Amino acid sequence: MSDKEGHGTYRSYLIGFGLSAFLTLIPFALVMSGAEIGVPFILAVVFVFGAAQIMVHIIYFLHVGLKVEDGWQVMSMVFTVVLVVVVLAGSIWVMFHLHENMMPAHEQIERVRNLP
Amino acid sequence: MTPTADIAPYGTVAGPNDFYVIDDGKDHGPHETGTILGFWLYLMSDCLIFGILFAVHAVLGQNYAAGPAPADLFDLGDILIATFALLFSSITYGFAMIAMHEGNQRLMTIWLLVTAVFGMIFLGMTLAEFSHLIHIGATPMASAFLSSFFILVGTHALHVMAGTIWLFVLLVQMQTHGLTAENKRRMMCLSLFWHFLDLIWIAVFSFVYLTGVVL
Repeated sequence: MSDKEGHGTYRSYLIGFGLSAFLTLIPFALVMSGAEIGVPFILAVVFVFGAAQIMVHIIYFLHVGLKVEDGWQVMSMVFTVVLVVVVLAGSIWVMFHLHENMMPAHEQIERVRNLP
Repeated sequence: MTPTADIAPYGTVAGPNDFYVIDDGKDHGPHETGTILGFWLYLMSDCLIFGILFAVHAVLGQNYAAGPAPADLFDLGDILIATFALLFSSITYGFAMIAMHEGNQRLMTIWLLVTAVFGMIFLGMTLAEFSHLIHIGATPMASAFLSSFFILVGTHALHVMAGTIWLFVLLVQMQTHGLTAENKRRMMCLSLFWHFLDLIWIAVFSFVYLTGVVL
């Protein structure tokens, strides 16, 4: 372990690879097996394992750390993640409600039909 | 080491090199040039592009326009192979970085070539998938789902292609100039770029392929 922090070693890359392989195979196996265990549960596994694997990559492959570049690396990454979450969550939220309200429900059609 | 150990005291004659050295006592490592941070900021802006494309796919991903749905189109076995090609290329690039830090250029070149092979396997599988989809009529024009799918996965594939070309250019530079400080800096930047693309791919296969097939 003579390497400086931030470079990684054969061991750290292999640990990252093992974790990534595990975190990839489980969701794929779950979806490809076509197991009858409910869509919400499968989606939860896919997203939790995906997020975990992204964290593994950030730590073991990208070597992001609090001390790197005097903290600017982590700070810019957190800023970017906040922006992406705002864009994603906002888009899904707004467009979901737009979609719901643009689809005329049955009673709405009836109400319009019975207008004086 | 005290913070001012490398600065000549006022009034004494400084050596040829220690005039500019301001050591704050922290170990910054050998590659503290600002380029790495700048390249990281570029990657973060790239991350915003992908974030917006993911948002587009989240909004449009279920508008099939009476066309094919993900479960009809995607072969998850192929996606799994492509995923592992990219994962292997990530770890072999890491091995190339280790060889570079050890000053072993020959080993580094071998690992870089292995990385390029895995990268090209991934690219070939993406191209085969795209041509298959277009051949069976699932073109970007078929539905909003396919439009957002092609722009998202296509943008990622273009990045991988750019990274592969960059890798070969870097190999030529390494053969010409050897393990110079500039080449090491370029290796660091491509390392960030390559691992970042693998990270984006995790989001792609989780969100586009697995979620698409389940829903």
